[in-house]
Amino acid sequence: MNETVDLAVIGAGPAGLAAATVAAGLGLATVVLDEQPAPGGQIYRAIGDTPLRERAILGADYWRGEELVAAFHASGARHLPGTTVWSLDAAREIGISRDGAARFIQAGAAIVATGALERPFPIPGWTLPGVMTAGAAQILLKASGLVPERPVVLAGCGPLLYLLAAQYRRAGTRIAALLDTAPAANWHRAWRHLPEFALASPYLRKGLALIGELRGVPRRRGVEALRAEGDGRLARVSFRAGGVRHSIDTDLLLLHHGVIPQVNLSFAAGCAHDWDAAQLCWRPRIDEWGASSLDGIYVAGDGAGILGAEAAAERGRLAAFDAARRLGRIDAGRRNVLAAPARHALERASRGRRFLDALYRPPDWARLPEGDTVICRCEEATAAQVLEAVAIGCPGPNQLKAFLRCGMGPCQGRQCGPTVQALIARARGLPEASVGYYRLRPPVKPITLAELAALPKTPEAARAVVRG
Amino acid sequence: MRLSVDGRPVEARAGDTVAAALLAAGVLDCRDSAVGGVPRAPYCLMGVCFDCLVRIDGVDNCQGCLVPVREGMRVERQRGARTVG
Repeated sequence: MNETVDLAVIGAGPAGLAAATVAAGLGLATVVLDEQPAPGGQIYRAIGDTPLRERAILGADYWRGEELVAAFHASGARHLPGTTVWSLDAAREIGISRDGAARFIQAGAAIVATGALERPFPIPGWTLPGVMTAGAAQILLKASGLVPERPVVLAGCGPLLYLLAAQYRRAGTRIAALLDTAPAANWHRAWRHLPEFALASPYLRKGLALIGELRGVPRRRGVEALRAEGDGRLARVSFRAGGVRHSIDTDLLLLHHGVIPQVNLSFAAGCAHDWDAAQLCWRPRIDEWGASSLDGIYVAGDGAGILGAEAAAERGRLAAFDAARRLGRIDAGRRNVLAAPARHALERASRGRRFLDALYRPPDWARLPEGDTVICRCEEATAAQVLEAVAIGCPGPNQLKAFLRCGMGPCQGRQCGPTVQALIARARGLPEASVGYYRLRPPVKPITLAELAALPKTPEAARAVVRG
Repeated sequence: MRLSVDGRPVEARAGDTVAAALLAAGVLDCRDSAVGGVPRAPYCLMGVCFDCLVRIDGVDNCQGCLVPVREGMRVERQRGARTVG
């Protein structure tokens, strides 16, 4: 028999922690399944045990997570850290792997709070040791107190990149250059959203303060044609700015072009998804409570579309209130009353997002790599190979698996999917959404055959596959 | 805390993941890729990219960024694709 719970929350970032805290408080038997060793997700990574003594380095927004984690610990929700969720189906049977053993949990309702990942930034040389994402560097800072020894180059655009630069400045880390890739044309798209952002966004003041902190950092704007170069490891970064080719010697390049929802689990479960043309990503189709197209499965936080950490916690709470209604713990009237503060806070935290989406939209050159640039890090397929496949009739990402194995390596398309989709759509002259995405299936993360074979099974299931 | 990396002793901070411990110890690349046999290093550090795959205590293909270090842990660099058996 599978273990049963009222509510399973997948992911212990702001959405998952807030959801579990609400649900446990309403008396639901709640379990939180999380891959990391401690709660907080990536945004509040290592909040309980970061070795950074100087609180000002990470900043006040990071430390807001303490309250969320403390409430979660006090809530009575069960926490299973170090747990990989590799399957979720429409009946809410959840396949997990922990300490090398796989098993299933049956949930009355499930909240997928798997958060975001950084958008792929495929440039020539991005697979070289010495090239990492800005998010990875920030994780090293939060969880291990590590900063680069030698001057580092940051490239891309978006709030996380500037935040990391500011945190490095506070920590005394030298920044060789901040290469800003946001095209000037983004302002044309963004300006009509500026009034809403300027009047109402909680990020206006923070953003201006951050930009102020970056005074003195060598900054190049309108950067294009970025390349990571070196033999077996990064030696230099080259780029074009103002029509001139430049080169900077460095042994660490940190890339960032915003974040996109982690959709592997919601896709594999069978939830309906829509293409978000403003954020250039897929996101699960949800209602105002976060309920997906599948009964009893919710998606909360940045995994349902990027709105940031504060909004994520509120979206987690809303999903938990509706899950409690669905499980008969509260009625709809009570749900609405209890959820009113979260709904109000979500509305506030979401204002002005369209401005940020437009201003930090990644440039086309970074989404549509060319030639022998690797686009699939697992199978080491190149942009040119994708175009060759399209030329001989490959219609979309899912079919490309049969041509190049893109999407079939261990990362299951997380690092190549958006690029493959964009390249195929551009080559075929079609809108990006129309070529579709990989058909994602469980297991959404690799587990061993030994674990699968050792799963508890009924006598009927065993008989069905035994010979003789 | 002490681990071994390809047989060499490496000091690590308790609480670090294997991937962070390798980077802190100056071990930049942790494997040669499965298809092209070229060096790779941790890229995302959040369980997404699978570029930090290492052999830990005899088990292949462990995501170094998700495994906390333990005293006496044996970490080995992976060269190329794994073989079955």
